Amino acid sequence: MVARSVSRFLHGRQGFYLALLLAPPLLWLGTVYLASLFALLAQSFYAIDEFTARVVPELTLKTYRQLVGHPANVDIVLRTVLMAVAVTLASAVIAFPVANYMARHAGPRMKALFYVGVMLPMWTSYLVKVYAWRLLLAKEGIISWALTGLGLQGPLDRLLAVPVVGGPSLASSYIGMFIVFVYMWLPFMILPLAAALERVPQSLLQASADLGARPGQTFRTVVLPLALPGLAAGSIFTFSLTLGDYIIPSVVGAPGYFIGMMVYQQQGTAGNMPLAAAFSIVPIVLIAIYLALARRMGAFDAL
Amino acid sequence: MTDQRKRDASPAIELREASRAFGPVVALDRISLTISPGEFFALLGPSGSGKTTCLRLIAGFDHPDSGQVLLDGVDVTDIPPFERNVNTVFQDYALFPHMNVADNVAYGLRVRGVAAAERRKRALEMLDLVQLESFADRRSTQLSGGQKQRVALARALINQPKVLLLDEPLGALDLKLREEMQTELKSLQQRLGITFVFVTHDQGEALSMANRVAVFNAGRIEQLDTPRALYTRPKTAFVAGFVGSANVVESDLAERLTGRRQAFAIRPELIRIVTNGAPPPDHVVTEGVLENILYHGASSRCHVRTGDGAVLAVAQAESGDAAALPAPGTRVRISWPRASAVPLE
Repeated sequence: MVARSVSRFLHGRQGFYLALLLAPPLLWLGTVYLASLFALLAQSFYAIDEFTARVVPELTLKTYRQLVGHPANVDIVLRTVLMAVAVTLASAVIAFPVANYMARHAGPRMKALFYVGVMLPMWTSYLVKVYAWRLLLAKEGIISWALTGLGLQGPLDRLLAVPVVGGPSLASSYIGMFIVFVYMWLPFMILPLAAALERVPQSLLQASADLGARPGQTFRTVVLPLALPGLAAGSIFTFSLTLGDYIIPSVVGAPGYFIGMMVYQQQGTAGNMPLAAAFSIVPIVLIAIYLALARRMGAFDAL
Repeated sequence: MTDQRKRDASPAIELREASRAFGPVVALDRISLTISPGEFFALLGPSGSGKTTCLRLIAGFDHPDSGQVLLDGVDVTDIPPFERNVNTVFQDYALFPHMNVADNVAYGLRVRGVAAAERRKRALEMLDLVQLESFADRRSTQLSGGQKQRVALARALINQPKVLLLDEPLGALDLKLREEMQTELKSLQQRLGITFVFVTHDQGEALSMANRVAVFNAGRIEQLDTPRALYTRPKTAFVAGFVGSANVVESDLAERLTGRRQAFAIRPELIRIVTNGAPPPDHVVTEGVLENILYHGASSRCHVRTGDGAVLAVAQAESGDAAALPAPGTRVRISWPRASAVPLE
C-alpha cells in the first residue's frame, strides 16, 4: 500500500524523482572531489612559515615562483610530461592494431578472449606487477638473459648506452620505466579505442573504398577521425596516469624525480604542503590544455 | 573488330557462373547474368535470396568462391572496389558523420587528389543535380532520410561511374517519399544514361523502375525478364507468387479444374465473382466459400476457399456500390478466362 502510494506520488514528478536519485551521489562528488580539489588549489597559494615549517593561510604566489623558478622543479615537470607523452604515443601505436582487430575482425569467441586478455593484468596487484617488472628488467633478469641467448646483447648494450634514456640496466633506465608505464596503461588505451572502432559502421569503410580510396586513405580519412574520441579518451587515461604516478618511477628506472614522487615527498617527509599542492595542480592544468587541444582538433565532433 | 568497338559491344556487367557460400549457406549458386550499358536493372527477391550478395560481388566488397565478374568486358574478379569504375548508394546511405554534405559528396574526388577548389565546385554541381545545393555546409547528421539519400546519390555519381549500384535505395523512406524518389531515380537514370543496378525486396519498386528484373530465390535466378513479362508470364510458382502475388494452382487442383495436370498461375484481378447468369464461354468456373474481404480502396481482395481447401484471391474493382460483393460466409461461384491462366514449370 505504502509502496504504491509512493510510486503514485513520484509518478509525474520527474524533477523531484531525479533530485531524489541524484542528491546522494552529487553530494558525495561535490564534497569528496570538487571541494577537496578546491582545498588543494587553495593550499597551493598558502604560505609556509620558514621557521616553524607550518602552513599559514596567507595568500602568496611564492610557491608557484618556486615551482617555475627552480630549474630542478622545471626539470621534474618536463621529465614527467615527456614520459607521459612518450607513453601515450607508444600506447596508441600498440593499441590501435589490437583494438582494430578486437572491434572489426575477431569472431565472438576471439573477441571475448581478447577482452579478458586485455583486462586480466588489471586484476593483479599493481605493486606486484611493478616489482615483477623490476626483476624482469634487471641486469641478470630474464629479458637480458633471453636477449643474450638470442645474440642480441650488442643491440641491448647500444640501447642502454644512449645518453639520458639509457643506464646500467633496463631496470635502472628511463627505457625500462617507459616499458613498465606502457605495460601498465595499455589496457586503458585499448578498451576505449576498441569501443570507438566498434561504433564505426562497416558500410562507411566500404563506401570509402567504393569511392576510390585505397586502404591507407580510408584509414586516414575515415577510420582515424572516427576513432579520435576513443583515442582521446584512452590518451587522457595514459597521459594523466603517467603524470600522477609515483610508484613506478621510484621502483623502476633512473633516479630522476617525477611529479608524483615530488608530491609524495613534499607532503610527507618534507612537510611542504603548498609545494606539494602546486605540483599536483600541474597535471590538472596540463590535462585541461590537452583536452582543449583535442577539442580544437575535432576529437569530440563525432560523439 | 577494333578494341574500341569490342568494348562498346561488351555488356556493362557480366557474371559468369558466380557462386558464393557463407559456411553451409549457399548465397549464390552458379549465377550467370548479363546487363547491357544504360539498363535500369533490378535484383529482386526476398531476404536471403542472394540479391545483395550479387550486388556486393559487382561492387567488389565480396569475392566469389568460383566464377567470374566482368565489368565492361574486363575480368575484375580480383580487382578491389577502389579500382572499379562502379559506385554504390548504400542502404544506410553510409554518409561520413565527421564531414559536411559538400565534403561527403567531394570525397571521391579528394581521394583522387583533385584540388580543394575544384572539388567544391563539382560537389556543388552534383548537389544541384539532386536539388540540395543549399545544404552544402550542413553536417550530414542533420539531414532527413530523403536528403541523406540524395547526398549519397550525389556522392556516388561524382566520379562519373559507368555503373551505379543501389542497395535497397528506398527501403528506409516513407511511402510518399518513396514514390517521389522512384520517379526521380528513373528520370535521373534516363538523363545520365549510365547503368543502374538496384537491389530490392519490393516487387512494386522493381516493376515500376526497372527495364529488366532478375528474380532471385534461394541463391538462383528464377526468372530474368521485363517487368511486363514477369507479371503476365511468370515461369515458376515462386515468381507468380512473389511478383504481384498471383494465385498459384498446383497440379492436382489444376487437373480437376481444367482437366490438364499442369500447375498454373492466375492473377486475382482476372478472376470474377459470378453473381448472376452463366459465365461466358471459355471460362473456368469453380465454387467456394467467400471467407473474408480486405478493402484496399481501388479494389477489394476476396479470399474464396474452394471445395478442395485451396484459397484463391479475387480482386474486385471498387464500383461504388456497397452491395456489389456478397457477404462473407456465403457460397460464391468464381470464374476466369481459360486463356488467362499462365502455365508454370
